[in-house]
Amino acid sequence: MILAAGGINNSILVVVLASAVVYGTPLLYAALGELLAERSGVLNLGVEGMMLVGAVMGFWGVQRTGSLGLAIVIAAVAGGSMALIHAFLVVTLRANQIVSGLALTIFAGAGGLSSYLGNDLNIADQPAKHAFSAFLPRGWQSADVVGPIFFNQSVLVYASWVCVALVGLYLARTRPGLNVRAVGESPAAADAMGINVVRYRYVHTIVGGMFAGVGGACFSLSITPQWVDGLTSGAGWIAIALVIFAFWRPTLCLVGAYLFGAFSGIPFTFQARGILSGVPPELFQALPYLMTVIVLVLVSTAGARRRLGAPASLGTPYVREER
Amino acid sequence: MIRIERRLTQPRWLTFAVPVGSIVVAFGVMTLVLLVTHHRPGHTFVRLFDSGFSGTASLNATLVSATPLIFTGLCAAVAFRMQLFNIGGEGQLYVGAITGAAAGIALGNHSGWVSIPAMIAAGAIGGAAFALIPALLRAFLSTNEIITSLMLNYVGALVVNYLIFDSLSYWRDTSSATAKVFPQGKNLPAAANWPVAHVGSLVLPFGLLVGVVAAALIWILYSRTRFGFEVQVIGDSPRAASYAGMRTRRKILAVMALSGAIAGIGGASQDGDFRHTLDPRGLTASGYGYAGIVIAALARYNPFAVCLVAFLLGGLQNAGYTLQGADFPSGLVGVMQGLILFCALGGELLVRYRIALARRTRTSEVAA
Repeated sequence: MILAAGGINNSILVVVLASAVVYGTPLLYAALGELLAERSGVLNLGVEGMMLVGAVMGFWGVQRTGSLGLAIVIAAVAGGSMALIHAFLVVTLRANQIVSGLALTIFAGAGGLSSYLGNDLNIADQPAKHAFSAFLPRGWQSADVVGPIFFNQSVLVYASWVCVALVGLYLARTRPGLNVRAVGESPAAADAMGINVVRYRYVHTIVGGMFAGVGGACFSLSITPQWVDGLTSGAGWIAIALVIFAFWRPTLCLVGAYLFGAFSGIPFTFQARGILSGVPPELFQALPYLMTVIVLVLVSTAGARRRLGAPASLGTPYVREER
Repeated sequence: MIRIERRLTQPRWLTFAVPVGSIVVAFGVMTLVLLVTHHRPGHTFVRLFDSGFSGTASLNATLVSATPLIFTGLCAAVAFRMQLFNIGGEGQLYVGAITGAAAGIALGNHSGWVSIPAMIAAGAIGGAAFALIPALLRAFLSTNEIITSLMLNYVGALVVNYLIFDSLSYWRDTSSATAKVFPQGKNLPAAANWPVAHVGSLVLPFGLLVGVVAAALIWILYSRTRFGFEVQVIGDSPRAASYAGMRTRRKILAVMALSGAIAGIGGASQDGDFRHTLDPRGLTASGYGYAGIVIAALARYNPFAVCLVAFLLGGLQNAGYTLQGADFPSGLVGVMQGLILFCALGGELLVRYRIALARRTRTSEVAA
């Protein structure tokens, strides 16, 4: 992916930034999805599971149909159908959102449905028939600094920017977007205004799952184009932390995704180049997880002071007769 | 039209019927999944039952699988009861295994009367210390404990791997040439191997008995002491608790430490009962911590029910190890656990609400 030519494009900073975009993209998709669900008041801790099912079904899709476009659609549908289970449990059956989300991760995640499907569809350890790759002109890709970071990327990266803009505009500038925020802040008031709380929560949870599915497919169709059991290795959880970090704002998700993407990319870059080779590899591998904790701490102290962003009804079921 | 009404009274039989019913429904859905994916459900379930619960050998293997699950189930139940979602049982178990193994290796030349209690204590301290990280962050900086405790699971797994595979640590066997090429943990001295109890033809691991005793102590703590009462009040209504002057912050630290300590003893039991060494591959591949969440939720946070559910899910997990193959595809255990939990969650509705089948009338439409 990164050209071996010397010069500034081979400098460690550029390489790390380029990997930040690569590893940040699945986080960005998953976080945007989680943001939509949480803005409607539904906390979905099943992101890791939805991503893995999206990854395995997306990979199956490309092996079966040979079309990357169809594969992404299949991944989105797979992620969305996982989210539907959660939506049914927490919206219709009013189950505890935290436990239901954990259940979804156990059901769908590593050692669950994604492994089952990977095993049953017989796609483990196969080379991918197609994978998303950089498509812009070579001259752009080799441009100094911006080339590797922004132009040597797949269409998934550019599509994710479009999604950030769309989600941002949707929430801030459209009537349904306003309604979602109302449902997330005060479902009783929204209900009184004639907004269908149940429908809004279902739709946004499912669309959130579709984003997570696409995020998972970023791994299996672009980053490491193959199916390996549990290949997201915690990205879904980092995406949930990312939503908190972003104060529930799409544009901040973009910044945060690349920040966390850099933490995920650094272990690979440093190991490949033998930088700090005296440091145990486990320390680098732990970096994304430790940084997630640290960033979360920083944000929660600031957030606790100013109470930024969190939808007021996040995590609580809406029961009309008990409002 | 279906209407959902709140129950004014909760019939007692429902608290038993709902978990049983949810397992039945989960098996029903599982049957569909297996049929759709061209497996033979009847055959799979028979083999599941055979290798999980029928015959002495299967039952003994199930008891082995159930032992860590009792600990991780209690770990989750203790914290969840206060609405404190410690999902770091997995990582706390690893750290308990590390500290427990250290105590076992260090005190191996003493008798079992010294080394085994020391291992239990060391495991508990290790697990509690690891759980205190998310606890302190939650109590003083109001950081979400779900994500921090989960992130630390990955960190814990990396630490265990580091100690055996990437360093010449105290735990690693460096005595022979082969051990230098193929890294493995030091074998625990004989005095650090936990005993077993024979009941008829059943073999009960010592850790299992420790787990059951721990469950009883937790039951006493939660239902018979002021501490337990306050934990339950904080769990059910944090505002009422703070008006009553209960110290939430201290409780968070205490409950998380207790929860982590239990998982840590589970880790020490892995060393002492079964593996007799610090075994990173075996520990990290098992997913005990995540299964513990399922168990706690299914047991509705009741410690004794945790033991029972741990036995049932232990059978499932044991079947998962032994039956890996066409009849029992990998991933089935997680799918089953998830389905059972989904059904249990859905069943909760039946405990709290009543589903009334009412004819759709014009008045109800107007009211809606």
